[in-house]
Amino acid sequence: MSDRVSVAKTYKLYLDGKFPRSESGRTYPVTDSAGGFLANASHASRKDVRDAVSAARKAFGGWSGATAYNRGQVLYRVAEVLEGRREQFAAEVAACEGVSTAESSAIVDAAVDRWVWYAGWTDKIASVLGAANPVAGPYFSFTVPEPTGVVGVLAPQSSSLLGLVSVLAPVVATGCTAVVVSSAERPLPAITLSEVLATADVPGGVVNVLTGRADELGPWLASHADVNAIDPTGASREARVDLAQRASNTVKRVLTVPADEPDWTRRPDISRLRRYLEAKTVWHPKGT
Amino acid sequence: MATASSPAELTDATRDETSLSRFLQGLPGVDQVGVEARAASLGTRSIKKAAKLWAIDTAISMVDLTTLEGADTRGKVRSLAAKARRPDPDRPDAPPVAAVCVYPDLAATAVEALDGTGVGVASVATAFPSGRSSREVKLADVALAVEAGATEVDMVIDRGAFLEGRYGYVFDEIRAVKQACGDAHLKVIIETGELATYDNVRRASWLGLLAGGDFIKTSTGKVSPAATLPVTHVMLQAVRDWYDATGQLRGVKPAGGIRSTKDALRYLVAVHEVAGEEWLTPELFRFGASSLLNDLLLQRRTQHDGHYSGPDYVAVD
Repeated sequence: MSDRVSVAKTYKLYLDGKFPRSESGRTYPVTDSAGGFLANASHASRKDVRDAVSAARKAFGGWSGATAYNRGQVLYRVAEVLEGRREQFAAEVAACEGVSTAESSAIVDAAVDRWVWYAGWTDKIASVLGAANPVAGPYFSFTVPEPTGVVGVLAPQSSSLLGLVSVLAPVVATGCTAVVVSSAERPLPAITLSEVLATADVPGGVVNVLTGRADELGPWLASHADVNAIDPTGASREARVDLAQRASNTVKRVLTVPADEPDWTRRPDISRLRRYLEAKTVWHPKGT
Repeated sequence: MATASSPAELTDATRDETSLSRFLQGLPGVDQVGVEARAASLGTRSIKKAAKLWAIDTAISMVDLTTLEGADTRGKVRSLAAKARRPDPDRPDAPPVAAVCVYPDLAATAVEALDGTGVGVASVATAFPSGRSSREVKLADVALAVEAGATEVDMVIDRGAFLEGRYGYVFDEIRAVKQACGDAHLKVIIETGELATYDNVRRASWLGLLAGGDFIKTSTGKVSPAATLPVTHVMLQAVRDWYDATGQLRGVKPAGGIRSTKDALRYLVAVHEVAGEEWLTPELFRFGASSLLNDLLLQRRTQHDGHYSGPDYVAVD
């Protein structure tokens, strides 16, 4: 190799479809698993959380109102672009998580498959979770699942890509919009994923990615009155009780998550999709 | 920058069309780069904690809650009036707004709904928003509003005549409207978005003040750009200079495009720095806005509750 000087990067946040700096102006260095410098990442503050939530709220009407088929097409496109960046993701996962190239390639493949799996559910979940209810009266009663709203996602701290995809994809597949706080020590795959989302037809604001500390930003997400659900996966065990307490002041779904990060390579089920959906039951009068 | 005029000079300026023209054309030019830079630098000032709470409450009490749509109904005006009276029913300590601003045919509905509350009723008039009609029609429009009981009248100037340089014509029109207003306060909308230059904004401001407007107002909200910070700076300079020359306090009302609390705070900083502290009252400064109040209430709750609020918790219209 030549002795070309490498470009040191300072990555930004992904907010409302744009890539702004943190409102606080803070950055922090990201290191690989051996402690070597990789890049600088923005260190998001509570005001970035606030901006991200309003962006997600603004995007919610359009995204939840899009047909399930259309959402599925957009998510398949995300998987395509994700696969196109396979090598970059593999290199970042290898650097951040300290795994071999073969292992990181397998992780990226699993992440693409996971995304496709959830994309496929967009137009099927209503048939599985919805129902035509048998009722004793002259009514046609049916139940449809509807997206709950803006979801705050504290992404897993150790599985930087597969874990992230496993918690984010179900949120957007249901029609919810997301504010994601990435892994603090391993944010690079999340940053690259936001570049994928920005170039893959996902409307701005549907996914907002903040790089920073989950334990700093989590409380603001949990207490925010305009957030409808929160996934505390990336929060430390001690912080989770506090998050649940703050969330209890508003009607907010708090996902029950295992104490330690689960094995993300395990085949998922639809439980995550179900938690981001509300059941709407309609009683429609029938003639005679 | 300051236009130090003596009362005698001002009387002389209004003697006839020629001297009015000479006076307005003789006003010092606005330093465009300077005023924009100053507006931008004041916009970065940080207002926190107790000062922010005070500013939010002050801003709420300065809002002219506005609905100026073709689709306005009496029901909408009544619900707006209810919101004006008590913006945040869960927090009775939130102050009421300054006034409700409607079209003249709905002024009577607003007056009825706000009877005895201390909240004013402002009505636009004079063929709002374009101002393109005969003087008889414009004065009849004003009479409609005043007879309905409006306490404030927002008139538009004839921008066409102003841009043609027929200052005397515009001056006479404002005078006539002022007379028709009787006891009602008169706000003169100069529609800065159509005046093209800051120099024209300054001339129109002085014209409005000379003719007896109690307030000068940036825009109708129907033309883009509506209110901007630099334009408001120029108008605030005009009322301050007017005060220096005559001892009379006149008000400024930016309208249109002010949607967030952050914007409102920037305007309040400008009022304090450019005009002075005595202008930080609803008698001398107003916001013409509809959605601004929603954000002010959300931010007020954020300050009191210690966490961010959402539109599910206040009456968002």
